[in-house]
Amino acid sequence: MATIFIDNIPYQVQDGQNLLSACLSLGFNIPYFCWHPAMHAVGACRMCAVKQFRDENDTRGSIVMSCMTPATDGTRISIEDDDVREFRAGVIEFLMINHPHDCPVCDEGGECHLQDMTVMSGHVYRRYRFKKRTYLNQNLGPFINHEMNRCIQCYRCVRFYRDYCGGRDFNVFGAHERIYFGRCADGTLENEFSGNLVEVCPTGVFTDKTLRKHYTRKWDLQTAPSVCPHCGLGCNTIVGERYGSVRRILNRYNHEVNGYFLCDRGRFGYEFVNGSNRVLQPIIRDSSNNSKNSNQPVQETEVLEHLAKIWRSSKGIIGLGSPRATLEANFSLRSLVGPENFYLGMSEPESKMISRIIQVLRSGPVHSPSLREVELCDAVLILGEDVTNSAPRLALSLRQSVRQKSMEIADRLKIPRWADAAVRQAVQSKKGPLFILSPFATKLDDIATETLRIDPNDIARFGFQVAHEINHEAPEVADLQPNLKELAIRIAAALKQASMPLVVSGTGSGTLSVINAAANVAWALSDKGEKAGLFYTVPECNSLGLGLMGGGSLRECFEKVNSDSVDTLVILENDLYRRAPAEMVESILRKCKHTIVIDHLFSKTIQKAEVVFPCGTFAETTGSFVNSEGRVQRLYRAMPETGEILESHNWILEIIKTVKPDATDHLLNIDSICESITREFSIFKPLLELAPSSQFRAIGQKIPRQSHRFSGRTSMSANISVHEPKPPDDSESPLSFSMEGYPGIPPSSLIQRFWAPGWNSGQSVNKFQSEINGPLLGGDPGKRLIEPSTGNKWNYFSDIPEANGHRDKEWLALPKFHIFGSEELSRFGASISERAPKPYVGISSQDADLLDKKEGEKVSLVIDNVLLNLPAHIINSLPRGVIALPVGISNLDGIELPAWARIVENSNG
Amino acid sequence: MLDLLKGIWTVFKHSFRKRETVLFPEEKPNRPPRWRGRIILSRDPDGQERCVACYLCAAACPVDCIALQATQDEHGRRYPAFFRINFSRCIFCGFCEEACPTYAIQLTNDFEMSEYYRPNFVYEKEHLLINGPGKYHDYNFYRVAGISIGGKGKGESENESLPVDIYSLKP
Repeated sequence: MATIFIDNIPYQVQDGQNLLSACLSLGFNIPYFCWHPAMHAVGACRMCAVKQFRDENDTRGSIVMSCMTPATDGTRISIEDDDVREFRAGVIEFLMINHPHDCPVCDEGGECHLQDMTVMSGHVYRRYRFKKRTYLNQNLGPFINHEMNRCIQCYRCVRFYRDYCGGRDFNVFGAHERIYFGRCADGTLENEFSGNLVEVCPTGVFTDKTLRKHYTRKWDLQTAPSVCPHCGLGCNTIVGERYGSVRRILNRYNHEVNGYFLCDRGRFGYEFVNGSNRVLQPIIRDSSNNSKNSNQPVQETEVLEHLAKIWRSSKGIIGLGSPRATLEANFSLRSLVGPENFYLGMSEPESKMISRIIQVLRSGPVHSPSLREVELCDAVLILGEDVTNSAPRLALSLRQSVRQKSMEIADRLKIPRWADAAVRQAVQSKKGPLFILSPFATKLDDIATETLRIDPNDIARFGFQVAHEINHEAPEVADLQPNLKELAIRIAAALKQASMPLVVSGTGSGTLSVINAAANVAWALSDKGEKAGLFYTVPECNSLGLGLMGGGSLRECFEKVNSDSVDTLVILENDLYRRAPAEMVESILRKCKHTIVIDHLFSKTIQKAEVVFPCGTFAETTGSFVNSEGRVQRLYRAMPETGEILESHNWILEIIKTVKPDATDHLLNIDSICESITREFSIFKPLLELAPSSQFRAIGQKIPRQSHRFSGRTSMSANISVHEPKPPDDSESPLSFSMEGYPGIPPSSLIQRFWAPGWNSGQSVNKFQSEINGPLLGGDPGKRLIEPSTGNKWNYFSDIPEANGHRDKEWLALPKFHIFGSEELSRFGASISERAPKPYVGISSQDADLLDKKEGEKVSLVIDNVLLNLPAHIINSLPRGVIALPVGISNLDGIELPAWARIVENSNG
Repeated sequence: MLDLLKGIWTVFKHSFRKRETVLFPEEKPNRPPRWRGRIILSRDPDGQERCVACYLCAAACPVDCIALQATQDEHGRRYPAFFRINFSRCIFCGFCEEACPTYAIQLTNDFEMSEYYRPNFVYEKEHLLINGPGKYHDYNFYRVAGISIGGKGKGESENESLPVDIYSLKP
């Protein structure tokens, strides 16, 4: 701790930071532009000036930039000194000279850091009467809008895009007063984190193009804390709603999980909520009238009566859960059908992998790090996972982790780590060890120390060998090529040298042995006394939560249906056609007399269902997800109940009430569901302390979802009725659909927006943190469920797989994930689908020569007796004998990969 | 007793004064130019809608009786998709006019608004929009704003230089 004097009052601050972050941590307001808590200081904007004094006798002092000055013991500064205030007012006046008269038509208006800082610095009237500089804009693709006139040249965007995210297609051009931030030509920003420019840019140069389609000011949005449903990482988000549709997603700071940044899928993937293929009303499909496919919308009572009839006549009922539904919904379905009839709606290989991951994390000695801890790791081995596409935010953390090792150079030169420009100058392009084993090139290859392109079985074999090289107690792979053996030794050495080595793997390769191999490597490191981390990515937002609950796989469910003891299927938020081959699903659905689906988007499964219940999406659901780290997090609905749409768990509670009217141990609401979950599963104990219960009140009041300046209350529904409706109740959470309520900072799990007096932009997060870059006040939301066991006995996995080898006339088809398109829900959004690839089959260039195929030519292939006719896409990085198929792209659903594919000749494209 | 007589005398004196009331509706009262009556949306001198749907009037409204939704044409010109004022809630405070950065929303002299049926007080954009610039004749927001719209490119606004040539190497 150091003592600094601010305007002659002593304060205790953490050592090793700069004055700006120290002062902001203490709650002072110092205006700034170029400094960003995650990207640190470069001293470009000159806005954060303070006056520094040599000692208590110094009365003149000198003006310094607080972001470039260390907060050392005994530092004396003044923030409010007249000279320095005048200096800051002068700086902002210069920055504002060319800023256009745009605020009324600017999307940033009302949450603009530039507006806030201008007001904070006291610049009120323009004195400049001459011509303003203008720029031409660029079309930056479907996510980002560009309005270069508004730029104040703080360089945050280019530092974020190039230095922090490793993007290459965006830069700063020109010289003198012609500085331009953009691409060298119009075109889509390629980086997967480009959406953060919206929040990084202190003014309106980069704004959200999806928000622009239905623009709403920040103060008019009804917002609630949520969790991103588009991958397994569980990034915290804020969902904003207005007039009954979701308007945008913003990042919600969580120190341990996503920090300040989201990926583009998380930020722009919300559009499916407002899409045209939402199920809006309950449907009963007349089974007697099958041929006409009459989908009849009906009322809630009618559909429940129909369901009761089905229940009475049915001889056996099965419930199929879903890894994209909340814990609460899955558990209530489990209580509806009984634990023995509850099946995980995951495919066979997926459920095996998930239960293996849980087994490894629960019984092994290795910790599963959070994304923040990943950033601190100094050596990384990635086994068979294309992280950028399957768990994008993790790739951004890994990009920071390779800087850890090289930071030592800056430390040796006594450069503080927050002096970003100086650190990067000292470090140059030196990077810490990162080894990527993948069948094809990944977006992280540019920072990798070494990469190896082999198929998943070889990756697993290689992983086992690395584990053996680290610790000879781990089993050895007997027949590995000598050059691979050498590489394994090199990797083992690098991992052993590191102070925090990390192994990353996951379900992306579709191969169980890769998961085993990753566990072996991490365990071997831990056995050698290293503080190792093991990060498994999982495919969906609640895969791990469902896995912890346990149940049979989809195949076991199908077997049960085939055994004729069951004739009714209740499917929760699941499209079976994505999970199993179409033929198999169809035969099962034919076999079941009644199929009941609870879902929010029309899917092939819904088209076959007899009864459909319309449920809420993540924006209309309160519940909990367990992320890939094993952290359970609570999300809250941002939208009130509309029409016939209910949350999944509430539909199931209604069904329970209808079909079991005399049961006494009813689940009543989300609180009682949570209590039942903890009674049934001890591992879910932390669920009760996860967030305040629905009865929580802050000083007797609920937390308002609407801002205190929410507009249009007495007019928005006046065209329907001039009598304002009562605000909708929310009995399930301490949040209310109102602008009335507790105005202060709520408990961290209930933060519905970042706003503080004088800080309208998202930068106001500094008022919600215990210190800059530290946890939120009162601790970060979310509770870890899985901690490594210390006492448990564990054994190395020894089932080393055989090498796949080459087969004559057959190719090994591997899954290839795409950040845009592979995920089930986001692909229905307009802007995401614009970025999604068309179906293709990826072949290596040698194989393309062999087959005499050129880019775009049709290739016919047979996998599991399914004939696919796809255009060829040549991927140079693929090894020979391997083809790649995009996952989750419309007509490729349900194929279990990896699988052997036969390429059929004489295709007539 | 004396006070009582004084009061009666004052009342008696007033009966010979000039009348303040007028015989409304035959005779219209005199209203000052800044009278705050029925709200309208005006057009700029070029005949285009002035409102850019910035939501400031809605935010300023103390009774929250203004609701709108922004949208834009294919050239980036912003305008309200709908604009609704619930006059049965309006208190004619004029904050919306003060907040308006484009002189679009203005309060007029008309105060004769009475209805038997409350929904008739809900005015949509077609009821609010007039065919003139109202009190402010010359102002056109898009002539001073930095964004480009149909018919006005970058650098063509007032007090703007032409777009920067970023390829120039001149000092």
